Amino acid sequence: MKIIVCIKQVPDAKDVRLDPITNTLAREGVQSIMNPYDQYAVEEAVRLKEKCGGEVIVISMGPPQAEEILRQAISCGADNAILISDRSFAGADTWATAYTLEHAIKKIGNFDLIVCGKQAIDGDTAQVGPGLATRLDIPYITCVQKIREATESGLIAERMMDDGFDVVAVDYPALLSVVKDINEPRVPSIKGKMKAKKAEIVKFNAQTIEADPACIGLPGSPTKVVNVFPPSARGGRSVLTGTLDEQIDQLVEKLLPYL
Amino acid sequence: MDYFLSEEQQMIVDTARQLTDERIIPNRAELDEKHQFPRQILNEMARADLFGVPIPEEYGGLGGGCFDIVLTVEQLGRGCIGVGTAFSANFLGVYPIILAGTPEMKQKYLPDVASGKKFGAFGLTEANAGSDASGIQTTAVLDGDYWVLNGTKQWITNGGEAQIYTIVAITDRSRGPRGASLFVVEEGDPGFSCGPKEKKMGIRASSTTELIFKDCRIPKDRMIGRPGTGFITVMKTLDLSRPGIAALGVGLAQGALDEAVKYAKQRQQFGKPIIAFQAVQHMLADMAIGIESARALVYAAAKHIQEHPKDMSKASSICKVYATDVAMKVTTDAVQVMGGYGYMCEYPVEKMMRDAKILQIYEGTNQIQRNVIGQELNKEYS
Repeated sequence: MKIIVCIKQVPDAKDVRLDPITNTLAREGVQSIMNPYDQYAVEEAVRLKEKCGGEVIVISMGPPQAEEILRQAISCGADNAILISDRSFAGADTWATAYTLEHAIKKIGNFDLIVCGKQAIDGDTAQVGPGLATRLDIPYITCVQKIREATESGLIAERMMDDGFDVVAVDYPALLSVVKDINEPRVPSIKGKMKAKKAEIVKFNAQTIEADPACIGLPGSPTKVVNVFPPSARGGRSVLTGTLDEQIDQLVEKLLPYL
Repeated sequence: MDYFLSEEQQMIVDTARQLTDERIIPNRAELDEKHQFPRQILNEMARADLFGVPIPEEYGGLGGGCFDIVLTVEQLGRGCIGVGTAFSANFLGVYPIILAGTPEMKQKYLPDVASGKKFGAFGLTEANAGSDASGIQTTAVLDGDYWVLNGTKQWITNGGEAQIYTIVAITDRSRGPRGASLFVVEEGDPGFSCGPKEKKMGIRASSTTELIFKDCRIPKDRMIGRPGTGFITVMKTLDLSRPGIAALGVGLAQGALDEAVKYAKQRQQFGKPIIAFQAVQHMLADMAIGIESARALVYAAAKHIQEHPKDMSKASSICKVYATDVAMKVTTDAVQVMGGYGYMCEYPVEKMMRDAKILQIYEGTNQIQRNVIGQELNKEYS
């Protein structure tokens, strides 16, 4: 099995602060980590490889320092890593990111499965997985909480829903985006860390993936982040008590003036 | 303090630390309450290559020495010395094979230990032979191509959970201390069984049982080393593993200090956090002094032992006595700093205090260690 895992380096959510003057994220001194959902994706891919045989390739679109998370993924069992990095990728929204990843994957060649984390904790859009699958014209299952069965030609997965889960079957090639319920990522092994330290990270840039400059980075992004601000604290909260009927009466009383 | 570890040594520390933070600490209270063997955590440790640390590279290990084990076990001790004891006792069982086994024996057992597929245990102590190990009654008699073992071992760590048991038995009583030999008994050998798990004051995650040999027949090639060398190999094994116990003590004490300081910073009495009061500060300071000096001593002893395997005993005993006495004092003081909250099971320090006591007792009581140190001093100055 040839499995590609897409991972992203993000600021550690615990450390993130807003610069009070510019109202942008203060990045100085903030640790960068592998997007937590992507850790689960790497673990699941490695488990599939251990069960079915094959290869796990991790890829990441990011600045040069994203090499850290690629090495981290190798220490957790991934076999090879590719850093997709170019100044012209900067400012990409999910549309341009999916375009870039699509071209990188086309450069890698045939694959059976792509695994992504459900969403990145900085953007929180959850769009890249489905966007990438659509561009590659392959079926995808999002919010995968468990892979029930995996064979040489396809798999059966549980897709988490609000009130339970669906059981979905898909043939390769396909894409999965996973949620945290799917597994518990392993502690990287000592031998894994040694392998990661010596590993050669392949580098792709805009030329390598034959990207159209109009489709990548800021120029290729239909959406732009104009402002980031913390929402102002909303005042006036009340908790309704009593029987359900009494609470409904109280609620209607409160809402009426706004209608 | 910076100990200027090499990159590989730092990898070992980081791996053990992450495993402790993510797997041991969140589960330690439940393991303690249920007296539950931490099999899943040990499996994770194996997957992270921690069981390979002291196993020679040609048998699938990382080829580390005493210092590398000390670094590993110190982190585990910070989480739970019950889990740490299960891990350390595995190597107590395996060191005799590394020290005195034939290449065939090493090839048969060590790769499985390095991968975590099989655990080890060490069977020396008996009901009437604790500090006086020479008083053991378990015998091994040659019958054709088999050794037949009879006797009972007591308080054996990993009993019932291990697959490989290193057992000391008398093969020739007339030769006194040179009349004992070491054997490998495997789970499933005919005539070998384990008793029920003992209920203990602390290290409850560790499994402690009797080992019962009733005409237990094992093939001739299961003897480790030459006949009569049992106690020599045992002494070397214990010398080699004592710094690990000392390191458990350092880790345990560090974990207790961490809890006590965190608490003292946020507990307010008389209008201030209690860490503002000198009485509390002085207690915490003395705890920190004990820990740093124990750590420096254990690291120095481990490095010495790694380079001077023929001169292990004094350094090994000194670091074991000191670090384990520190652990008992620091954990007791941690409960005191935390007061009533420290006494409650909801907080981790009462377990740490209960756990600490065994460190002063097993692998040679601290009184026996002082005997050893005294005897070494006597030899040195003659």
